[in-house]
Amino acid sequence: MPEPSNPLDPEQGPIAPGGGYGGGFDLAAADAQTLEKKPGHDQESGGPAGKPRSLWSDAWRDLRRNPIFIISALIILFLVFISLWPGTIATQDPLNANLAKSQAGPEAGHPFGFDQQGRDVYTRVVYGARASVTVGVCATAGVVLLGSVLGGLAGFFGGWWDAILSRISDVFFGIPVILGGLVFLSVVSNSTVWPVVGFMVLLGWPQIARIARGSVITARQNDYVQAARALGAGNSRMLLRHIAPNAVAPVIVVGTIALGTYIALEATLSYLGVGLKPPTVSWGIDISDASTQIRNAPHMLLWPAGALSITVLAFIMLGDAVRDALDPKLR
Amino acid sequence: MATSAEMTPVPEGAGAQQSGPLLDVRDLHVEFRTREGVAKAVNGVNYSVNAGETLAVLGESGSGKSVTAQAVMGILDTPPGYVTGGQVLFQGQDLLRMSGEERRKVRGARMAMVFQDALSSLNPVLSVGEQLGEMFRVHRGMSRKDSRAKAVELMDRVRIPAAAERVRQYPHQFSGGMRQRVMIAMAMALEPDLIIADEPTTALDVTVQAQVMDLLAELQREYNMGLILITHDLGVVADVADKIAVMYAGRIIETSPVHDIYRAPAHPYTRGLLDSIPRLDQKGRELYAIKGLPPNLLHIPPGCAFHPRCPRAQQVCRTDVPPLYQVSTVRASACHFWKETLDDAGTDQN
Amino acid sequence: MGRYVIRRLLQMIPVFIGSTFLIFFMVYALGDPVSALFGDRAPDPATAAQIRHDLYLDHSLGAQYLHYMKNIFTGDFGTAFSGESVIDLMKHAFPVTIRLTIVAILFEIVIGIAFGVITGMKRGKPVDTGVLLLTLVVISVPTFVTGYVLQYIFGVQLKWTASSVSPSAPFNELILPGLVLALVSLAYVTRLTRTSIAENTRADYVRTAVAKGLPRRRVITRHLLRNSLIPVVTFIGTDIGALMGGAIVTERIFNIHGVGYNLYQGILRNNSPTVVGFVTVLVLVFLVANLLVDLLYAVLDPRIRYA
Repeated sequence: MPEPSNPLDPEQGPIAPGGGYGGGFDLAAADAQTLEKKPGHDQESGGPAGKPRSLWSDAWRDLRRNPIFIISALIILFLVFISLWPGTIATQDPLNANLAKSQAGPEAGHPFGFDQQGRDVYTRVVYGARASVTVGVCATAGVVLLGSVLGGLAGFFGGWWDAILSRISDVFFGIPVILGGLVFLSVVSNSTVWPVVGFMVLLGWPQIARIARGSVITARQNDYVQAARALGAGNSRMLLRHIAPNAVAPVIVVGTIALGTYIALEATLSYLGVGLKPPTVSWGIDISDASTQIRNAPHMLLWPAGALSITVLAFIMLGDAVRDALDPKLR
Repeated sequence: MATSAEMTPVPEGAGAQQSGPLLDVRDLHVEFRTREGVAKAVNGVNYSVNAGETLAVLGESGSGKSVTAQAVMGILDTPPGYVTGGQVLFQGQDLLRMSGEERRKVRGARMAMVFQDALSSLNPVLSVGEQLGEMFRVHRGMSRKDSRAKAVELMDRVRIPAAAERVRQYPHQFSGGMRQRVMIAMAMALEPDLIIADEPTTALDVTVQAQVMDLLAELQREYNMGLILITHDLGVVADVADKIAVMYAGRIIETSPVHDIYRAPAHPYTRGLLDSIPRLDQKGRELYAIKGLPPNLLHIPPGCAFHPRCPRAQQVCRTDVPPLYQVSTVRASACHFWKETLDDAGTDQN
Repeated sequence: MGRYVIRRLLQMIPVFIGSTFLIFFMVYALGDPVSALFGDRAPDPATAAQIRHDLYLDHSLGAQYLHYMKNIFTGDFGTAFSGESVIDLMKHAFPVTIRLTIVAILFEIVIGIAFGVITGMKRGKPVDTGVLLLTLVVISVPTFVTGYVLQYIFGVQLKWTASSVSPSAPFNELILPGLVLALVSLAYVTRLTRTSIAENTRADYVRTAVAKGLPRRRVITRHLLRNSLIPVVTFIGTDIGALMGGAIVTERIFNIHGVGYNLYQGILRNNSPTVVGFVTVLVLVFLVANLLVDLLYAVLDPRIRYA
């Protein structure tokens, strides 16, 4: 078992901007103390044959040995698979209702039993993955794209652009997510996933923007970036070649974890009746339906809730493992 | 003024106090159990300090000099660090066989430590006065008010100006030199018999270094304390130390009175260290540097640990660990070829 | 310090205006409050126009917003479509939610910090690994799932608590809902405390404290905890605002008639004055809580000086 994970910071709370990810190897400053405690960590010892260890190859080597990473990655691959081809493991129709079987328990061919309207719970759990994964992936892609572009530019150019952007992101931080979702989606909602995705991008981008901004500012202050600037490197070259690679690691980590939380958020909004709407098959809707029947038929709640929890857990654990691998502190 | 010996409980076998050295470290072994393997940081270190004497422990990063001090002080990070053998006799008592609580009472009161980086070694959120006063409150059971007065007195003693006002300030409000004075004041608070100073001036400006070093030496004389000065800076050593122990790869490889070692080192490693000091009379000449890197403590070379970097290495050095040869009544060297090294130094002088 | 507070208060103004306007825009411009009044029936155009005029809805959105804010600062939050004044609704709802938030914060402080300290000091031990995995699970399982599961276990199966809360919502009935509301933050507090403790146990000043011969207890409480808890305290502070706004799900599960319940009903029924009024107060609470946390930070950490 590798050294246990170093924790996930609260998203809305103290994530140190860029701290500890990009270029954080402070070996030069390592005092006698750390060297005496950590012998054999001399990076310079790589002779002509020795390939210098990079942040990424180091991280990858760690990840391959981390059982948490492997388990969560397998779960995620499986989820992606069933959301693309749910028919391969569930042969029935998720909308096929048989009222005679309402709330019935498990039987042959229906391992999870039936829901209120007599639909097969197993099939609905399998088909529900698609909505969750779609929302999660699309929302994360949008948030990461918008957030890192806006945040990166704010960090790079500073000044007015930065001040305005900071105030705007303050506005979005000031609105509680579920509350904002209720208000927004109760007025702009249709039966597709796009309003939900759009809302998440709208409220989610400042989180990534702050991180991107922070790591760009940190990276800018690095000596080699200053040197590149002194040598006359242009803005675009600086951004792409020197600064972007440093900002990528924290954005990936937070993005992965955020993907999990977006899936949970979609389910929560669907549960509150403003997210996805039937006939879309969504775990959140099924949990909401089941919640009124919890005394009579707890199995209706158990299976979609379990699937949802495992999915979110897989993404959060993956992000956590990647964070550990990329963050050389606390090893 | 009461001496510390009267104030601290007299240990068993206190009769040995008068005859033996103040601190006698015997065959100390420390290892770090890490994910990569077991690093042998200290491999059989022996040294002793008498009251009023200054021992300089010299060595590169990773030589085990700080780890030895931490083991003596009882502040080793465990895990990963473990003392695996040896004795630390302090005033005749083996510290390693004391209970945790007995040992705690020795720390701070009878032996104290000055750390390298005063900014990070002082608690950033407590005022300097609270941190100094804490010594009196914990070890002497003084009231908050009395300990505050003691703190001001201490700050005066280490010549911090306007002590009465600055006692309320926090470490970050002090300059580097003043902060190190606070550290020294804290170590001096209970007038201990032994002070271990781990690179006390390394983090300071050159001009301030001398002042801090002078203060330390002055206080040592005043209270007749033993002082262990851990450093990698030969320049600091020459002025204040009585004797020197040079460490390499967790071993002492040379011990000597301070002046002899400058005149004629008896170990090629010491020789290399001395040669790599820039000197005014050798301007223009290329500066000497010991080739190679300090050994990886996970894989210490067999034989003499220094042999891969030693200009004098022979076959025997690769296989046999050199014992500490007695060079004279007061000197020792762990080199198979100490005689040759010593002779070279004689001929090379001019 | 004084100048810093003034600057921060000034900075809060655009954020306050931005947040409230955003909500105002969504409720009044994207939704249609008047048609909501009539439910499914088609309103008579003349009546609808009259209502619009009465509610100041026949002006431009900007004018409506200004009109609304002017009223708010004279203490008039308007009247809900049900006929009750929004202020009266708040008088009933806020005490309930504040009680719920207090219970939740207490859980965070007591359980979260305790777990964090234990795991931070026993890093790598089974108890650490176990608690860490537990926090990941707690963070991953959405509140509405844990809420129903705990309600089912404690309310339905064990019958330790009532499964729904009575309208007066006394503290003893809010214990389980408070725990549910706190759970995710509690997991964060645990992890944050753990990291902070773990980082600080290796700090030089802790080593100094040991070298001073302080008893272990004093090293931990006075040096280690005093420093490690600074980020934790600030997190819990900012969480107050978030918890009050985030109680919608918890209040729905346990049928608690607090802020979240009123908001939820208001949104579903398109009851615009209720929604905008409650949100405005929540935004204010959130902003003030953040400011207080920043000031608290300066008190706890003397290195931070606001000028």
